[in-house]
Amino acid sequence: MLTFTIRRLILSIPVLLLISLIIFLLLNFAPGDPLANQPLTIPPEVRAKMREALGLGAPVYVRYILWLKQFFWVEPLHAFDWAFGTHFSAGMERILSWQFRSPVFDVIVQRIPQTLTVVGMSYLIGVLIAIPIGILSAYRQYSWFDQIGTFISMIGFSVPTFFTGVVLIVVFSVELNWFPSIYDTNLKVVDWPSFVKQVQQMAMPVMVLALYNAAQISRFMRASMLDNLQQDYVRTARAKGMGERVVVLTHVLRNSLIPVVTVIALGVPSIFGGAIITEQVFKVNGLGQLLITAIYADDIPMVQTLTFIFAVLIVVFNLVADILYGLLDPRIRYD
Amino acid sequence: MTEATAAPAPQALRPPRSQWRDVWDQFRTHKGALAGLSVFIFILLFVLVGPLIWRISPTASPTDALTLIRSKNMGPSWAHPLGTDQLARDLLARMMAGGKISIAVGLTAMSLSIFLGTLVGVLAGYFKRLDGPLMRLTDLFLALPLLPLLLVMMLLFRDPIASRLGVEAGTFLLIVSAIGITSWMQCARIVRGEVLALKEREFVLAAKSIGTPPRRMILRHILPNIMSPIMVAATLGIANAIITESALSFLGLGFPPDFPTWGRLLNDAVDLMQETPGLVIFPGIAISLTVLSVNYIGDGLRDALDPRIRGR
Repeated sequence: MLTFTIRRLILSIPVLLLISLIIFLLLNFAPGDPLANQPLTIPPEVRAKMREALGLGAPVYVRYILWLKQFFWVEPLHAFDWAFGTHFSAGMERILSWQFRSPVFDVIVQRIPQTLTVVGMSYLIGVLIAIPIGILSAYRQYSWFDQIGTFISMIGFSVPTFFTGVVLIVVFSVELNWFPSIYDTNLKVVDWPSFVKQVQQMAMPVMVLALYNAAQISRFMRASMLDNLQQDYVRTARAKGMGERVVVLTHVLRNSLIPVVTVIALGVPSIFGGAIITEQVFKVNGLGQLLITAIYADDIPMVQTLTFIFAVLIVVFNLVADILYGLLDPRIRYD
Repeated sequence: MTEATAAPAPQALRPPRSQWRDVWDQFRTHKGALAGLSVFIFILLFVLVGPLIWRISPTASPTDALTLIRSKNMGPSWAHPLGTDQLARDLLARMMAGGKISIAVGLTAMSLSIFLGTLVGVLAGYFKRLDGPLMRLTDLFLALPLLPLLLVMMLLFRDPIASRLGVEAGTFLLIVSAIGITSWMQCARIVRGEVLALKEREFVLAAKSIGTPPRRMILRHILPNIMSPIMVAATLGIANAIITESALSFLGLGFPPDFPTWGRLLNDAVDLMQETPGLVIFPGIAISLTVLSVNYIGDGLRDALDPRIRGR
């Protein structure tokens, strides 16, 4: 198991390098000028100086290697310094955002809490809803509960999140006036009223994403339960005189959760991608919204770094899913 | 004399049934799939035949300011069954025009992604030497963050391609190829698995032993036998492509405002949703209904094309 993990970790290094190269080349060879939205009155020599200042003067491979060094060496060092109060990274140049004129990672660190509270909470709630629904609709297959569950989950992954979000805004904040339609990031939770406010403003984005996640996970849960309910060991357990509760909740559920856990792990990075749209709808200033504004502002270092972070998340959670599968299912051995 | 009695024609045998007849019979028993099919056909008719009946131009806007202000953002009325938008254009006509583009994008992008996926899958499954590199490529594509990359591609290439090929054709081509080259991986994996299993079957061995060249082998023997998973992947691909296109348009990185697609209509209307919720609701319902119906068709097709289920 350990050798498998180490081998996979080593193998993911070239994959990540290749992905970073693809993203870098896509961004740098694209037609388009990062200075295009500067005023036309800037004289050409000043414009050349500005390009120089942005680091655009060097050849592409130098810039790529510099970015790699900054991402994999300078930024971790800086994080280490920040955590332990040392000064290893003093004088080293960090990745600078062109639109904020400050290090990319400082901005990202400011944005992460919003994304994590909204997205993380919605994923958690989605999983908590999906698992009981999946169990019940598999146990009573083709009952009215199962039919309705199937229909709702079909709606859940057919209706795009930007439409559910907009409908919720129309219903709950325009008509009923229950929840605010814009997420207020400055709100600090200190006492009960501010906590209620926070819950209110999180309710709609969380609902949208939770419905979408629950739709997918409950389908997997149902299919996995159905597979296991027909196995011989279930009949044996019943023949031994065990109660339905024990058979379903202990024997079947534990075995059915194995593939579902890996699906849940695999879904984590795509959640960050899906949140791009939801954050845009509800004006949550998290990572997704940061990416969109950076794309519009031609802020290439920011786009490059964020996209690469998304790629790292995908690779890492693929690895996590594989390892979990090996840990949970004794039939799977990576030797 | 005995020969005459032994001769009667075997009337008990029913006429042979084709495979597609069986598939259709199984498909008909899936109520959701039938409903999905009829809704999808209705939407296709609405989009294709609708403009012939409802002859208001989707871009027509009153020229004088007074009529414009009076007739903009109206609710449903007899003259405009779905109301008008912020420039007093008829929403029904815009929905028809938008649906045509959205569905065209969905179908073309799906064809491209299925073509790429089948090509990669068949090559990887049939030729052992190509298997490793092609599957590593597939894994690499699966590890790319697709939505951010799509957004970046749209932003970077939209204007140069639009200026070269014209706005509508350029954007259409860019969106279709961007969606196509970022969604072929699932199809490739499924096809590869099927091809690998099929390669071990006796009829493939028989065809090989009489000297069938690889090209004919793939086109005559392999491809027809993997049509069913490809068709299921294709239906689900349409849904995926329509959602991706409308998401791009919704984020303002799809078609320019003059070319209405459902996602674009939704995007334009979001700022006005407090006064005229209809402008948001109708395009959203159109997208959701289309995707829902296509998903149900895919569900029914999967059951109908699976011979293990069809027998029952």
